[in-house]
Amino acid sequence: MLDVTEIRKDFPILHRQVNGQPLVYLDNAATSQTPRQVIDTIVDYYSRYNANIHRGVHTLSQEATDAYEQARIKIQKHFGAANTREIIMTSGTTEGINLVAQGFTGFLETGDEIWVSAMEHHSNIVPWQMLCERTGARLRVIPMNEEGVLVLEPFKEGLSDRTKLVFCNHVSNALGTVNPIEEIIQTAHSAGAAVLIDGAQAAPHMRADMQKLDVDFYTVSAHKLCGPTGAGALYGKEEWLKKLPPYQGGGEMISEVTFEKTTYAALPHKFEAGTPNICGGIAFGAALDYLNGIGMDQIAAYEAELLSYATESLLAIEGLKIYGQAARKTSVISFNLEGVHPYDVGTLLDKMGIAVRTGHHCAQPVMDFYKIPGTIRASFSFYNTREEVDRLAQGVEKARQMLS
Amino acid sequence: MQIEEIQEEIISEFSMFDDWMQRYEYMIELGKSLPKIEEHYKTDEHLIKGCQSKVWVHAALEDGKVVFTADSDAIITKGIIAILIRAFSNQKPADILAAKTDFIDEIGLKEHLSPTRANGLVSMIKQLKMYALAYETQMES
Repeated sequence: MLDVTEIRKDFPILHRQVNGQPLVYLDNAATSQTPRQVIDTIVDYYSRYNANIHRGVHTLSQEATDAYEQARIKIQKHFGAANTREIIMTSGTTEGINLVAQGFTGFLETGDEIWVSAMEHHSNIVPWQMLCERTGARLRVIPMNEEGVLVLEPFKEGLSDRTKLVFCNHVSNALGTVNPIEEIIQTAHSAGAAVLIDGAQAAPHMRADMQKLDVDFYTVSAHKLCGPTGAGALYGKEEWLKKLPPYQGGGEMISEVTFEKTTYAALPHKFEAGTPNICGGIAFGAALDYLNGIGMDQIAAYEAELLSYATESLLAIEGLKIYGQAARKTSVISFNLEGVHPYDVGTLLDKMGIAVRTGHHCAQPVMDFYKIPGTIRASFSFYNTREEVDRLAQGVEKARQMLS
Repeated sequence: MQIEEIQEEIISEFSMFDDWMQRYEYMIELGKSLPKIEEHYKTDEHLIKGCQSKVWVHAALEDGKVVFTADSDAIITKGIIAILIRAFSNQKPADILAAKTDFIDEIGLKEHLSPTRANGLVSMIKQLKMYALAYETQMES
């Protein structure tokens, strides 16, 4: 079992006070906290070898390039990609999705169909709506049920040779449901459609293997994985990435430029125009090292235990309802108190030093499904403790008494 | 009573409490006495943008004074708008426009004043003042 007391020593921020109370940080699904090892990597980069990459002949540039490309290898290994040509460094999940959505513009025509799940984050709905507007393709939705589980039958029945793309998150940010992406990928492939999986919420809790999944695209953000904001990665099967046109024009992504014609750089640089977030990419690699040092299986086992303890503790509170009761869930609990606005509970919890997220979690269709304005979402990480769960439960009970 | 006097009164009421919990409990109490907006005014037109919870505000000019009514689907927000309305309702448009809002700081709700705060206290104050400005302009013409 992982030693949470030791682990917490790695995270300076977990030792601060908020509103006079020791911080209880339960907004990990929005962003994770950063361990000393990653902070040190960032400081080291700017203190020792900050330079632009891929073009300098001088030592600093070479060191920065090596470190950046080393990070790409770490990402490739962590996610089980066949080679580094399949790893595009991005600013985060949203950019990865937009890169693919933009790239598919020329491949779609009126009457084609794109499927998305009913529990997508807005970042995985809006780019496809825009793609549909550009191409005349139609957006179709894989529905969900009351437990917060996708219902695949309408999707299976609705598939045809017009189905070109399928998008789904691996884990729902609003509910924590782990979606049956293996089945979705196989089903989509049987109809000849490509699949993009948004792995932002899954990556902190489990290791997804690109080759085993046989997924076409998979996208993640570093800041949910103990890394910095503004960094992330898009996995794409090499055959797809070769077919897709470049996303943005600029330096780094070219091979030769004349005013008559430009030839593009080879993968992965074809999709990496301009100076990237060099430090962010390197720190992303350090964050993966940190997580792997603890072990993703250890993390998953610890979080599963914490989730069941928290679920039990919260359900003991009068009038508390949990949204998303899937059998396979990550350590996320979305809930409401009967007759109480989530915003009120979030405000009072903050006064008690407890950080949770309130609102629609950028997943308005999910809130509309349950006919609620939003939820309170407590999301747990491997550095959270049972004592913190107790503080949450006590805080929610106190809020309930004050608000009812 | 003048706006300033009402604000002083609110400050002295809040000064009786020594912790945040009592202040919030009192704010929740004040929310219950909020002059309620009529149901048919709860439309998008009366909704204040920039709040995580919904806040509707209606204004009417009666005998040269602006009368505000409001409601919210969140209890704390209801308390906040109730405090604002207590200070600004039944006042002349010019007085509302000239009024300061420092008293919010003094009753320990400073954290709600940040423009990025999801409850939109800043948007609420702005909305009340905009109503006052509209009536002021109307009265001048």
